[in-house]
Amino acid sequence: MILDSKIPEGSLAEKWSKHKFNLKLVNPANKRKYTIIVVGTGLAGASAAASLAELGYNVKAFCFQDSSRRAHSIAAQGGINAAKNYRNDGDSVQRLFYDTIKGGDYRAREGNVYRLAEVSVNIIDQCVAQGVPFAREYGGLLDTRSFGGAQVSRTFYAKGQTGQQLLLGAYSVLSRQINEGKVTMYDRHEMLDLVVVDGKAQGIVTRNLVSGELETHAGHAVLLCTGGYGNVFYLSTNAMGCNTTAIWRAHKKGAFFGNPCYTQIHPTCIPVTGDHQSKLTLMSESLRNDGRVWVPKTKEMSARLRKGELKAKDIKEEDRDYFLERKYPSFGNLVPRDVASRNAKEAVDDGRGVGSSGVAVFLDFADAIKRLGKDTIEAKYGNLFDMYYQITDENPYEQPMRIYPAVHYTMGGLWVDYNLQTTIPGLFALGECNFSDHGANRLGASALMQGLADGYFVIPATVGDYLANIGPKPVDENHPAFAETKKEVEDRITKFLSLKGTKTVDEYHRELGKIMWEYCGMARTEEGLIKAKGLIHELKEEFWKNVIVVGKNEELNQSLEKAGRVADFIELGELMVDDALHRKESCGGHFRVESQTEEGEAKRDDENFAYVAAWQYAGDNQPEVLHKENLVFENVKLTQRSYK
Amino acid sequence: MSGNMNLTLKVWRQKNAGDKGGFVTYKAEQISPDMSFLEMLDVVNEGLVKKGEDPIYFDHDCREGICGMCSLYINGRAHGPKRAITTCQLHMRSFKDGETITIEPWRAAAFPVIKDLAVDRSSFDRIQQAGGYVSVNTGGVPDANTIPIPKVIADEAFNSATCIQCGACVAACKNASAMLFVSAKISQLALLPQGQAERYQRVQAMVAQMDAEGFGNCTNTGACEVECPKEISLTNIARMNRDYFTSKFLKEE
Repeated sequence: MILDSKIPEGSLAEKWSKHKFNLKLVNPANKRKYTIIVVGTGLAGASAAASLAELGYNVKAFCFQDSSRRAHSIAAQGGINAAKNYRNDGDSVQRLFYDTIKGGDYRAREGNVYRLAEVSVNIIDQCVAQGVPFAREYGGLLDTRSFGGAQVSRTFYAKGQTGQQLLLGAYSVLSRQINEGKVTMYDRHEMLDLVVVDGKAQGIVTRNLVSGELETHAGHAVLLCTGGYGNVFYLSTNAMGCNTTAIWRAHKKGAFFGNPCYTQIHPTCIPVTGDHQSKLTLMSESLRNDGRVWVPKTKEMSARLRKGELKAKDIKEEDRDYFLERKYPSFGNLVPRDVASRNAKEAVDDGRGVGSSGVAVFLDFADAIKRLGKDTIEAKYGNLFDMYYQITDENPYEQPMRIYPAVHYTMGGLWVDYNLQTTIPGLFALGECNFSDHGANRLGASALMQGLADGYFVIPATVGDYLANIGPKPVDENHPAFAETKKEVEDRITKFLSLKGTKTVDEYHRELGKIMWEYCGMARTEEGLIKAKGLIHELKEEFWKNVIVVGKNEELNQSLEKAGRVADFIELGELMVDDALHRKESCGGHFRVESQTEEGEAKRDDENFAYVAAWQYAGDNQPEVLHKENLVFENVKLTQRSYK
Repeated sequence: MSGNMNLTLKVWRQKNAGDKGGFVTYKAEQISPDMSFLEMLDVVNEGLVKKGEDPIYFDHDCREGICGMCSLYINGRAHGPKRAITTCQLHMRSFKDGETITIEPWRAAAFPVIKDLAVDRSSFDRIQQAGGYVSVNTGGVPDANTIPIPKVIADEAFNSATCIQCGACVAACKNASAMLFVSAKISQLALLPQGQAERYQRVQAMVAQMDAEGFGNCTNTGACEVECPKEISLTNIARMNRDYFTSKFLKEE
C-alpha cells in the first residue's frame, strides 16, 4: 500500500487555501442529515465538536471524565504559539513554520506544519472573542513570552494555566451547542472499540462507566481526539486517566500508527520521591525564561549536597556549571526540550545530580529575583511556585527548584493525511493522538496550537469533503458489524473479569513503565531495545494469566477500566520498541546512543530515515508491517540542528 | 523528613446512588509523608484489590490541582485541612502518625452520590450550558488586538476564570449554595467587553438553572471562599447579585 499524504500541489503559502477551495462542500440543508462522532473533549475534541455543530452537523461527543471541561488539555501551563508578530521582533508565519520544522528535527511534513503556522493567528483571535482572559500589557493589548526553540516572543499565555483557559473557551462554545441541541454530550463514557462497516468507520462501542452498559453509536464519520499515550511509561505528566485505548483499538481495526517511538521527555518536572509516586508534575517551560539550570562543577560537591552537608546557596558562582548556557550560548536555557532533557540526564549520569536521590538538577531563580524583584516573579509564575511548594515542601523563592525530565507528550500517533484522515476512511484523528505536525520533537506551546488548529479550522473544512462524497444516507445501526464489535468488547470484559491472579493491574503498569523508561526512554540502544522486547512479551503473557480484576461489569469498576487500558498499553509498548529499534538514527526525542555527533548531539541519518514510519497491525502476536511515507522537503534545507 | 505513619481511615462506602451507604474503617500503614493524599488511598486500594475486595472509588484525574475532578471531604473540610489546594495537592505531611481521618463525598442534594466518594456534578455543566458563553461561532472574528482590555480588568476576569468547577464551595456551604461557582463564571464574562452583549440575559439564565438544580441560597457565611482551592472571592457573588437585580428590574425582556 502506498501512503498518500494528499499534500496539495503549489507553493507552501498557497497549499491550504487552494486545498480548501478544491474540497467539496456539504449544502447547509444537508448538514443536519449527518451525524459525527467526536471522542474526547480536550482542545481538539471540544473545538471540533462545537465548530461542526455550529455548521449544522449533529454531533455526539464522548469523554471518560465526569465533565468535558476536565480533559487533560486543562493542565497545560505555559502558553500557545501564534505568528502574530505583535512584538515587532521579526516573527512571521514563515518563521514559525521554520522553527517548528527545525524543532521537530526535520521529521514532519512541510505542508502540515506550514498550515499550522498559518492558522495559528486565527486561533488567538477566536479565543479572545470567546472571552479567554489572556495576559495583557498595561496598554490593554496582549502580552507574549518566549519559549524554547525560538528567538522571538510569540507565546500567548494566561499565567500558568493557559490550557485551562483555552479549554474553558472551547468548553463554553461546546456548552452552547449542547444547549442548542446540536451536540449530545456523553460524559463518563469510554470508547472501547471502533465499528467498521464495508471498510469505513461508522460507529463506536462505548461503556457507560457508571452503569457498565455497553452501547453502540453510529455516525457518518468518527473523530478521535483522545490525546497522547505517555502513560505507557506509568509515570508521566499525563492525567491518571489518559490512555491509548481509543487509538489502539482503531489501530487494530486498520488505522496505521505513525512514529510510535517519538516521545517527548520534558526537562522541567518535579523529581520522583519514591515507589508510591503515581504521576509527575510539570513545571512549565516558561520558567526557563528566568530560571537558570545548573549543577555543581564537581562530583564531590554534588555528593555533599545530596548528604545535606551543603546547601545550594553555599556553592559559589565559580563552582557552578550552568551547562545549558555554557554549551548553547545562543539559546542558553531556552534550548528545545529534547536537548535540555538529555543534558540534564548527562549531568546526573556524570554523578553531578542534586537532591537526596541525586536524580535532579537545579532551576534557579535567584538572579531573576535580584534583577526583577520578587513581586514580578510572583506575578509571572506565582501559581507554579505554589504548586512546587505544595509538592516538595521547599520554597523556590529561597532555594532553587529541583527538576528532572519526565515523559510529557507523544509526537507519534495515528497516521493521518493532510485531511487528518487515517487509513480507515471516515476515521479522523486530531490533536495529540495523531502523528502529524511535530516531527520527532514538539516545541513548547505548540500542543495547544495544534489541538485548536485541528479542531477549529482544519477538520470543519476537510470532514465536509468526505461527507459530501459518501452522501447523507443514514448509517444503519442494524448492520451486523455493530453487534459483532459489541460482542468482541463483551468477550474481552468477560475475560478480564475471569482473571483472579495475584498481581494488581497497577503493578503490571508500573513494571511496564520501568521497562519503557529504562530502555525506550531518553537514551535508547539496540541491545537495550532487544532486551525490552523480550521483557514486555513476558509481561504480557503473565498479565493475561496472573492479573487480578475484581467486581463485575454492571457497576462503576475502576479495576476493570484500568485492566483494559493497561492491556492496550502493553501491546503499544511492544510496537514502540519495534519502532525505536528499526530507526537506527537519532532524531529529536528519539536518541539512539549509537548515532550521535562528536559533541554528543542527536545525529540524524537523512539518507536512510527521512520518512514517517507507519505501522500496520497484522494480527495477534504477528510482527506489524512497516510502511514508509517519504518526507519531501522543498522549502527547508536539512541541516544538523544547532542551538549553539 | 520524618518517618512513615500509620493511620486509621473512616471512609464513606456506598455501592451506588440507590444504596444507603455507611462508614467503613481501614488501616493505612507505612505511609510516607511525601505521598499525596490520593497516593495514600492508592496504597489502601492496592491492598483491597489484592484481597479481592472492591477498591474505594474516588474521582481524580490530573493530580496537579487543575482539572477539578478530585473531591474529598476530609475531616469535615472540603479538600482537607489546608487552604487554597485541591485534594490531590494535599500531602500526608499535613497529618500526624496515629491519626484517624474521616473521608466523605461532597454532600449536597444537587450532587447525588454515584459510588463511595464520587458524586454527580453534571448540574454544574447544565448551569454552564444555560448561558456560560459568548455566542460566537468559529471564524469571522476580529483581530485579537482590536479589543484592548485594561490590564486590571483582564486580571480580575482571569481571577474569576481560575475556578476549576470542583464543587468545594457547594460542599462547604451549610445551604449547599452554588453561588460562588456561578458568580465566578458570570463575573468573568461580565467584566470583559466580549461578554457585554449577553450580560443580563446570561445572568438570568444561569441563575434560573442554578435554582432549578436545587442548590441552596447564599447567606453570606463565607465558607465557600475559605475552602475554594482557587481562592475565588466573595466579591463575585456581589457582582452577580448586582447584575441579577439590574437585569430583573431594568433589563428584563
